[in-house]
Amino acid sequence: MIYKEKGKTLFVGLFFLALALYPLVGGEYSITLVNKIMIYAILALSLELLVGSTGLVCFGQAAFFGIGAYAAILLSPEDGPASVWFLLPACVVLAATYALFVGALSLRTKGVYFIMVTLAFAQMAYYVVHDTSLGGGSDGIYMYFTPGEETWLDLSNPVILYFFTLLFLVWTFVFLAILLRSHLGRALAGIRINEQRMLASGFSTYPYKLAAFVTSGGIAGMAGFLFAVQDGFVNPEMLSWHLSGALLVMIILGGLGHLHGAMIGAFVFVFLQEFFKSAEIFGDFAEHWHLGLGLTIIISVALLPKGLVGLPELVQKRLFGTQAG
Amino acid sequence: MNQHETLLSGQHITQRWGGLTALDDVSLEIERGTVHAVIGTNGAGKSTLINILSGELKPTEGQVTLLGNDVTRWSQPRRARGGLGRSYQRNTIYPDFTVSENCRLAAQAQIQRPWVWWNNAQQCQISTTNASNAILQAGLDDVSNSIAGPLSHGQKRQLEVAMCLSTHPQVLLLDEPLAGMGAEETERMLALLEQLKQDHAILLVEHDMDAVFRIADRITVMVNGKVIATDTPANIRSNPDVQTAYLGEH
Ligand SMILES: Nc1ncnc2c1ncn2[C@@H]1O[C@H](COP(=O)(O)OP(=O)(O)OP(=O)(O)O)[C@@H](O)[C@H]1O
Ligand SMILES: [Mg+2]
Repeated sequence: MIYKEKGKTLFVGLFFLALALYPLVGGEYSITLVNKIMIYAILALSLELLVGSTGLVCFGQAAFFGIGAYAAILLSPEDGPASVWFLLPACVVLAATYALFVGALSLRTKGVYFIMVTLAFAQMAYYVVHDTSLGGGSDGIYMYFTPGEETWLDLSNPVILYFFTLLFLVWTFVFLAILLRSHLGRALAGIRINEQRMLASGFSTYPYKLAAFVTSGGIAGMAGFLFAVQDGFVNPEMLSWHLSGALLVMIILGGLGHLHGAMIGAFVFVFLQEFFKSAEIFGDFAEHWHLGLGLTIIISVALLPKGLVGLPELVQKRLFGTQAG
Repeated sequence: MNQHETLLSGQHITQRWGGLTALDDVSLEIERGTVHAVIGTNGAGKSTLINILSGELKPTEGQVTLLGNDVTRWSQPRRARGGLGRSYQRNTIYPDFTVSENCRLAAQAQIQRPWVWWNNAQQCQISTTNASNAILQAGLDDVSNSIAGPLSHGQKRQLEVAMCLSTHPQVLLLDEPLAGMGAEETERMLALLEQLKQDHAILLVEHDMDAVFRIADRITVMVNGKVIATDTPANIRSNPDVQTAYLGEH
């Protein structure tokens, strides 16, 4: 047990260290790609809090992400760069507020209904930006000035943005790791395993689930801010159910119930996607990248029921015939 | 403290599911300092009664009073925090947690703080103290750091009761705590109940008649959702209705 915990901490430490050193070797294109993956990793972590830690399968996480991204652009002044210290909290608060609204209503339902209700609320947000002129309709909108431009925190510089994103990835991970040990986190774990038992012990479980939902939405909004800053452009597809679904795949692929699983899942998912999209490797077949990606995911989930984080244990069992840890 | 005050009572409780009447006008009172056993054949409605008293189920009709308050409209967690603890017929322990964390989490329910995300819950004084007291009482102290999943069946049943005790209840509703226990474990559980009844009111649903007649101060006999008798063990034993309806079958 303790041995396993130490291995996990070591892995995560090395993982963050590798990310911190990566700009020394990576070119501009790959720095931008890894930056994007880190944003997805933050987003996957936010969803992991709901699905893996609390047992709430939310199928509308993209909405909070999209709201954070749209807010980053809509709240930026048109005649100059916004202050990061205003814009980032504003995006988080707006996404968390929508999460409060969605959570307050959806948490009254359970199981499949919960999945459908969160999806419905996300679709609602999607159609608001898609069919109104609020955010440029289906074409999306551009950010004219990157927040922090011409200050020390110039986020239009890819390397500065990279470290800014990495900082928030580390922060999110540490924040959630602390949260999961707390009164709130332990109650969430209890709710995931047996909510009825928690009620019988005297837990009013609703506020706990709502706290998880709002926190998750706020973190997703933060990821949305980072995404908008990096791309300088947002469109309604950011809020679509495709992304919500892809996020679920990421955390399942990585291994539910583990924070580092969510991060691994995000990285592996995007790498696989880039791999199957690559025309150099697959030629004309690269067009059909969905097929390759889908098959790979199905096979890996079938072979690794605990996700990629279960891989070391599986290998150890095969090689030594004993259980890890 | 009044030794025999009524801590929990149900009045005229009826539960219907479609055409099935699981409970038909059931009333009973549970007093401090007593073990009140409820016996009856499979499907008599015993677990349903516990579900209603604990607030897990809203009765079709009837009233529940806890420590002098009408709690019929209280939610289950509110009743639990108000001094009502229950255990389940089927284990509801958290198999991946240690014994002590199972109990500590239950004890944490007394501190409703969903916004506290920064502390280390396992270092929370109040809940760890309550949990270790409960573990000691239930006789699980030598396995308190073991993962609950691999424990023996008897130990899991003890843990089920320990989790209930961790919440500091005044009234205990125990649904077949002895089921599947060996002789030694049964003895230990009976000794625990004997000790707990000093300052608790205990409702005990149990199929083990030897145990029931040894420990119960009052017995309620249920048949098909109806109470056919509530009395002392001696009177229940000689009650002709009970003989024919229930005890005679054994
Ligand atoms: N949720 C439900 N919906 C419909 N019927 C139910 C429900 N729960 C219980 N019943 C029925 O109510 C009756 C009483 O069930 P209950 O579980 O209370 O019996 P019991 O006395 O606890 O039996 P046992 O000794 O087997 O535990 C049974 O006929 C059962 O099938
Ligand atoms: Mg029963």
